[in-house]
Amino acid sequence: MIDFSYTILIPLIPFVVFLITGLLGMKWKPLVSGIIGTIGMGISFVLSLFAAYQYFFVTVADGYHAIIPVNMLWLSFTDTLQIYMGILLDPISVMMLVVVTTVSFMVHIYSLGYMKGEKGFQRFYAFLSLFTFSMLGVVVSTNIFQMYIFWELVGVCSFLLIGFYYDKPSAVAAAKKAFIVTRFADLGFLVGILLLSYFTGTFDFDKLTQPGTSLFAGIAGVSFLGLSGISWAMVLIFMGAAGKSAMFPLHIWLPDAMEGPTPVSALIHAATMVVAGVFLVARLFPIYHFQTPGVLVFIGYVGGFTSLFAAVIAITQNDIKRVLAYSTLSQIGYMMVALGVSGYGGEQGLGFMASMFHLFTHAMFKALLFLGAGSIIHSVHSNLMKDMGGLRKYMPVTHFTFLIASLAISGIPPFSGFFSKDEILAAAFQSNKFLFYVEYITAGITSFYIFRLYFNIFWGKDTKYKHIPHEAPLNMAIPLIVLALGAAFSGFIPFHNLVTSNMKPFAIETNFLIALPSVAIGLLGIAVAWVLYKKENDLSGKIVKRMGVLYTATFHKFYIDEIYLFVTKTIIFNYIARPIAWFDHNVVDAFMIGIGTMSMKFSYKIKRLQSGELQQYAFVFVAGALVLGLSLLYFFGSH
Amino acid sequence: MSILSLFVLVPVLTIMGILFTKGLRGARMVSAVGMGIQLVLAAFLVFYYFSVRGAGNLHEMVLTADYTWYPSLNIHYFVGVDGISVSLIALTAIVVFAGIFASWEMESLSREFFITLILLATGVFGFFISLDLFTLFLFYELAVIPMYLLIGIWGSGPKEASAMKLTLMLMGGSALLLVGIFGIYFNSAPDGGQFTFNILEIARVHIPVTAQRFFFPLTFIGFGVLGALFPLHTWSPSGHASAPTAVSMLHAGVLMKLGAYGCFRIAIYLMPEAAKEMAWIFIILTSISVVYGALGAIMQKDLKFVNAYSSVSHVGLILFALLMMNKTAFDGAILQMISHGLMTALFFALIGMIYGRTHTRNIDEMGGLMKVIPFLAVMYMVAGLASLGLPGFSGFVAEMTIFVGAFQHPGIFYRIASILVVSSIVITAVYILRVVGKLLLGPIKQEAHLKIKDATWFEKLSTTTLLIGIAGIGIFPLWLSNTILDSLQPIMDKLAIYLH
Repeated sequence: MIDFSYTILIPLIPFVVFLITGLLGMKWKPLVSGIIGTIGMGISFVLSLFAAYQYFFVTVADGYHAIIPVNMLWLSFTDTLQIYMGILLDPISVMMLVVVTTVSFMVHIYSLGYMKGEKGFQRFYAFLSLFTFSMLGVVVSTNIFQMYIFWELVGVCSFLLIGFYYDKPSAVAAAKKAFIVTRFADLGFLVGILLLSYFTGTFDFDKLTQPGTSLFAGIAGVSFLGLSGISWAMVLIFMGAAGKSAMFPLHIWLPDAMEGPTPVSALIHAATMVVAGVFLVARLFPIYHFQTPGVLVFIGYVGGFTSLFAAVIAITQNDIKRVLAYSTLSQIGYMMVALGVSGYGGEQGLGFMASMFHLFTHAMFKALLFLGAGSIIHSVHSNLMKDMGGLRKYMPVTHFTFLIASLAISGIPPFSGFFSKDEILAAAFQSNKFLFYVEYITAGITSFYIFRLYFNIFWGKDTKYKHIPHEAPLNMAIPLIVLALGAAFSGFIPFHNLVTSNMKPFAIETNFLIALPSVAIGLLGIAVAWVLYKKENDLSGKIVKRMGVLYTATFHKFYIDEIYLFVTKTIIFNYIARPIAWFDHNVVDAFMIGIGTMSMKFSYKIKRLQSGELQQYAFVFVAGALVLGLSLLYFFGSH
Repeated sequence: MSILSLFVLVPVLTIMGILFTKGLRGARMVSAVGMGIQLVLAAFLVFYYFSVRGAGNLHEMVLTADYTWYPSLNIHYFVGVDGISVSLIALTAIVVFAGIFASWEMESLSREFFITLILLATGVFGFFISLDLFTLFLFYELAVIPMYLLIGIWGSGPKEASAMKLTLMLMGGSALLLVGIFGIYFNSAPDGGQFTFNILEIARVHIPVTAQRFFFPLTFIGFGVLGALFPLHTWSPSGHASAPTAVSMLHAGVLMKLGAYGCFRIAIYLMPEAAKEMAWIFIILTSISVVYGALGAIMQKDLKFVNAYSSVSHVGLILFALLMMNKTAFDGAILQMISHGLMTALFFALIGMIYGRTHTRNIDEMGGLMKVIPFLAVMYMVAGLASLGLPGFSGFVAEMTIFVGAFQHPGIFYRIASILVVSSIVITAVYILRVVGKLLLGPIKQEAHLKIKDATWFEKLSTTTLLIGIAGIGIFPLWLSNTILDSLQPIMDKLAIYLH
């Protein structure tokens, strides 16, 4: 048995780096913090790779097992409900360790160039380290409450990093929005956890996700509003997942989150944090599958709707980061669909495997797309497509790596996205034809919007630039190249042998009936984009005019933001909070003051009694004595 | 003499020391030294308490000392502590210490200010060590009455009216409480024998349920006024807004806990059956406190009002948890007392410091303070994040314990109330981020704010002391939580007799 207890260092190193750079970093030159952060992350990265090697290739005997090398009691509520802080290693968490540390390490290197000279450079690195620590904590959690703890921490890191340019009101607003929307979702997550732990009496994943566990036996009878208690719990937990992973209708924070620095978008809002929801569903997959299959189907439909919905919006956006943000929504939708259509064990669990596979490849190519976008923004000083064009001449490395990522997301073989997306489509085809068609169409839209982006940036019109755009410096180019290698080749990783629903390998074969049409629709999307955007022409403008209202609605993201704004600003602020403030001041408080005023008035009235006039006193005294005497006679005199 | 009596003696000696000083420098020096000693003493008490427990003393209360004071009514000066009161004493020592440094530059009538402030602290310390209802009530009054002077003399804004409202409402509460306490006293010997004020002895007898039904609500509401129980919370916003910094810190940080602690140790512990019967009424009221306080905070413009309403919400959560009447919920309630005490003291300290620089507490008139006063701004942000229950800070530990405890209650009514109360975490996030966004982030609103200076050494000391407490509990909660759970065991054993 290999001793894995060294894996505790993987999250711990970024935490120590955070403390060092956060508390002492102000006193040093900014670059020192960056270098400390990068070196620390590098060590974590190497350790993760080593742990993955040991886990996947050294321990293997009859499938993989969950290993808990570290588990410390952190807080105990009752004798059974206790929060442990520990490390859980199983295929999905080890895979996530690799994803998180790889992307984070690349972003650390990249930011040395991208953020150079920014005010708050040291703060940026401190937050990056804190985020990486928290994300690694989510990934390795041994129990659902530990996960919730780190889940909240990644949320606040996201808040801090989106609001990095804190003197920019739009960044502050976006940060607040991201935090509050995900917080709202986390309310569901928390209530879900509380219900689940109330029913089962445990937080531990290894007890909860044991197939055939008897924990759920006694609670079948509990139901509320037509759903069983456990279904409520699992739906609410999925609400948390949907918030973090920006599933419709909780997706509204993610496009705005692009206000943060681009490396942050790559790390948090593309590759790692936003897939935490997928990871959560995957982590609890046995419960969803065995106890609440209906909820799992629901998850599939939410994912399917989001993927199509977001892909359609992505076509119309003009800010390159927003296109990528909607693309992220859409791709996470794919992962949710894959989980939603998956069964458990062997080939039944194809969807589960495909989901994790896509999570991995997506992390590579989407991080690459964002970092490429960052490189472009860095040299053009704009986010908008209209300010770009013909950049292939100036930025060959960025151009080439961006192209690889675009081909990967479009599902063109032999790039990574082809393999993972193909498995998802195959899984959907087996169990839910409707979702299969939705995802199939979305695949075409995906390749269209991504190549619209690609042609508009690197081909299209020859924009006259004020400053000649420059290629990315070396510390930005290297991460691009590394991730491009990942985006190109990670499709060849045999996920079906490594990461499966029941931790046992199974065999897959390529289904050409699905693979060929999916490549075809991908190529079709590229071809349409080629025609419309390769050279400057007014074809797209004409189409937009023909589409009319449909285009306007899509461009405005179907007015979801406006609906939210109406609910929060108008209803909650104006119709709830303001009246309560008024009520408290004018009713509750006024009533209390009223009691005071009344007693004051009353005492004014009775103060005349103490007039100092002897005659009056004598009169009252005699009158009182008379009344007392008469009443004594009346009550006691009769017998 | 018992070590516990030192907690009353040291403040009294400090007050006498201040009498011999002249002006601000002397007064604050003596206060700082005196309260510094008190803090060390509290640390020693914690250590001593553990060594006593470690030596195998499993009595409900330890370090007890008993002196007869007024034999004919059987009034004693009877002191003793368990893990719960030890942690609250430590909390008080920290907050008072930080409060002294937060009033480091109290110019007007400084000597009198420190004397009154420490008098208040004496009452609080005495309250937490007392195990005799009568002396406990005396200390309670000793803590409440100086508030009138502190707000009325050193306050700001409509200070006289606020001080009057606060004092009258709290006195109203005290009146109910006094009736309640005498009610308990006269029912403390249902099988004949001498009446007693001794809490431990009363806990051993069974107060007749009919008497409980009458005196439980009186006691609970009496203490509840100080715990800002809806609708008796309205002294809180105006009182806090008018009070000087250190007084707000002490009041919200510690004094409101007196109410909650009294509800727990006297109303619920001594009269459990009535508590269980009537819990639903107060669950409704406290649920309203929690949600209504949070919603009330959303639209406030004055920083202190925001924090006062937030306190209504957070202290409401304590009372709510107490009424769930199970071990986990009690544990959570006590954790929340400590956690909220530290957090709200930090908030009020920071608000005072910001006000001292910008001369306004209106959030619409400030902005972008992160640029000019990074230390205070970061502290404020951290306090805000702690207050909205971010893991790693004490608030999270306390709230989660309360929520888990509340969900242990199987009743559907309790479940719905719990979910409603849990939803306050979102509302809290809204009002905290609103303030953080307006006050600290964004562009700077007034040019005059460009010149203000960041925290001085004593301000850093004051805020850092509090933050260490908050983060310490947040990162390593097990020790404190287990101490409280152990001390709850005898209480649970007693409640179990009557409730099942």
